[in-house]
Amino acid sequence: MSAQMLTYLFVGLSFALYIGIAIWSRSSSTNEFYVAGGGVNPVANGAATAADWMSAASFLSMAGIIAFEGADGARYLMGWTGGYVLLALLLAPYLRKFAKFTVPDFVGDRYYSQTARLVAVICVIFISFTYVAGQMRGVGIVFSRFLEVDINSGVIIGMAIVFFYAVLGGMKGITYTQVAQYCVLIFAYLVPAIYISIMLTGNPLPMFGLGGTMNDGSGTYLLDKLDGLTTELGMAAFTSGHKSTIDMLFITAALMAGTAGLPHVIVRFFTVPKVRDARISAGYALVFIALLYTTAPAVAAFARMNIINNVDGMVYAEAPSWFSKWEDSGLIAWSDKNADGVIRYRGGDALIPAKPIYSGERGDHGERLLENGVSPSENELYIDRDIIVLAHPEIAQLPNWVIALVAAGGLAAALSTAAGLLLVISTAVSHDLMKKTFMPQITERQELMAARVAAAVAIGIAGLFGIYPPGFVAQVVAFAFGLAAASFFPVILLGIFYKRMNKEAAITGMITGLAFTFSYIVYFKFINPADNNPSHWWFGISPEGIGTLGMLLNFAVSLVVCRFTPPPPEEVQALVEDIRIPGDR
Amino acid sequence: MSTERSEENNRAYWRANINLMLSLLVVWFSVSFMAGIVFVDFLDQFRFFGYKLGFWFSQQGSIYFFVVLIFIYAWRMNALDRRFGVEEEE
Repeated sequence: MSAQMLTYLFVGLSFALYIGIAIWSRSSSTNEFYVAGGGVNPVANGAATAADWMSAASFLSMAGIIAFEGADGARYLMGWTGGYVLLALLLAPYLRKFAKFTVPDFVGDRYYSQTARLVAVICVIFISFTYVAGQMRGVGIVFSRFLEVDINSGVIIGMAIVFFYAVLGGMKGITYTQVAQYCVLIFAYLVPAIYISIMLTGNPLPMFGLGGTMNDGSGTYLLDKLDGLTTELGMAAFTSGHKSTIDMLFITAALMAGTAGLPHVIVRFFTVPKVRDARISAGYALVFIALLYTTAPAVAAFARMNIINNVDGMVYAEAPSWFSKWEDSGLIAWSDKNADGVIRYRGGDALIPAKPIYSGERGDHGERLLENGVSPSENELYIDRDIIVLAHPEIAQLPNWVIALVAAGGLAAALSTAAGLLLVISTAVSHDLMKKTFMPQITERQELMAARVAAAVAIGIAGLFGIYPPGFVAQVVAFAFGLAAASFFPVILLGIFYKRMNKEAAITGMITGLAFTFSYIVYFKFINPADNNPSHWWFGISPEGIGTLGMLLNFAVSLVVCRFTPPPPEEVQALVEDIRIPGDR
Repeated sequence: MSTERSEENNRAYWRANINLMLSLLVVWFSVSFMAGIVFVDFLDQFRFFGYKLGFWFSQQGSIYFFVVLIFIYAWRMNALDRRFGVEEEE
């Protein structure tokens, strides 16, 4: 069967599975809709958390980024896993003991203030929407490339599926579909990685293959070979880093604290029965995540090597079909600088500006001609990083069913995260805004109805983001982490570990952290992008890492304000005592 | 248990919790920020199988440590819960 037929088959089967699960696990109360009735098994919650957490960015983009950046890619690997240590040790067990539905619930109750709750709701909605827009783009890429439907129809199909199980099933439906989606996505990620690991190194485990020797009988270590190849072609050696140490530190810390502060991840720990389960569930979640995260650097190194070996020196007219298909999608470009019809892959950007602008005409060899300026580098090839995971099985000439599997996996990753985020948005509207703030008199039935309507509206908006992607989506997704790190992480942490922490401190802290982080990012990304380079950054910290500074400011401001304002009321102090002790005694 | 003794007990439990947490966080900080970022170039002169050691910490090892840390935490905390009699009822 052709890859396309198989893709239809695999994607169709996986979608049927998700819908089946959704029908089986409908929600009938707000408790089920918000936190799946609080009765989720910790292992299942771990798998659901892993799928919730691993988005299109983890599945599709991360290995591609590492493939081109080499050692510097470690900030994502450590940042997006290390956050779970913070979550497990500092937040999850206590929030489970608190036993409510949402993050704004905790902020509102702990800081005995509707203003604090409102600030938290705004943060939740903002963070979740920026994040969900990126998922919809991932869905669009997979559909347009593999199923050859246009991006808009792809997004609409994706929306319909999410609509079905999120609106019907709420958290209960989402939890069990996410477990299924985890299985699909990890299988789809590991199979090609194992295949390629055996081809290149003879070792079936990619994480060991990465540290193993080449399969060509030379006895050379794979990473040494790759360092040699990259240096030879005038690129930076794969295993050496180039970002400044301070920037690496700040970005990694922002990703860690941001991960721990992301509302759609935190809320998963409200769904397990006990404090004890919340602790161990974070451990299972990280095991499931680590399976992909320790494989990703191997996929990255293998892909880089296969691109160098298979693409460099290839005659364009004889290139396999994947090359021209990605070129048609606008994610690969070739500029035949020396007019020899051969693709040359070297260090440095091939084009000025770096991203291709197609003229709409075809050249002598059938390639899409470009309007970009020609860079001084000898490099003739532009490859978008986002396609590495999807294109690699084809580059390595794996069988068609593996290629189809990867498409289904990419969709599982994007849809599971989108559903988790949409649920958080709908809960924020129906529970935090309506029930707890503006319309406390509504009944549970009405609240449940409101939650479903809010989920439906949120899916519609997210779909619009997918169909008309605002140019800033890619740039802001990473900043969801900075904002979460600068707002929620300190407020929740101090709320648990510092009994004297009061509402004045929490509100000023959150606003300071947010305003600072937000302005720094907006200044460098939108107002003055020309200055977005290390010589203009404060202390050499890029906008990606500024959330850490925002977080430190939040802590500092909170602790100072707290000293000059009255302590929280007795019952709030009793609440803090209570969430620290697992049992009821 | 009298309230006074119970309060005393809860404070001791909380101190034990904080100590455990801080010692695990020291490991968390060392394997990621120290070994994976600050001392990465220094560690890269050593080999660990086919990896440079610093590269291994930053792209593989730190993640394994994170997983182990969470399981140790869950296991030790459950033991603390029982020792101080604050565990949840079945």
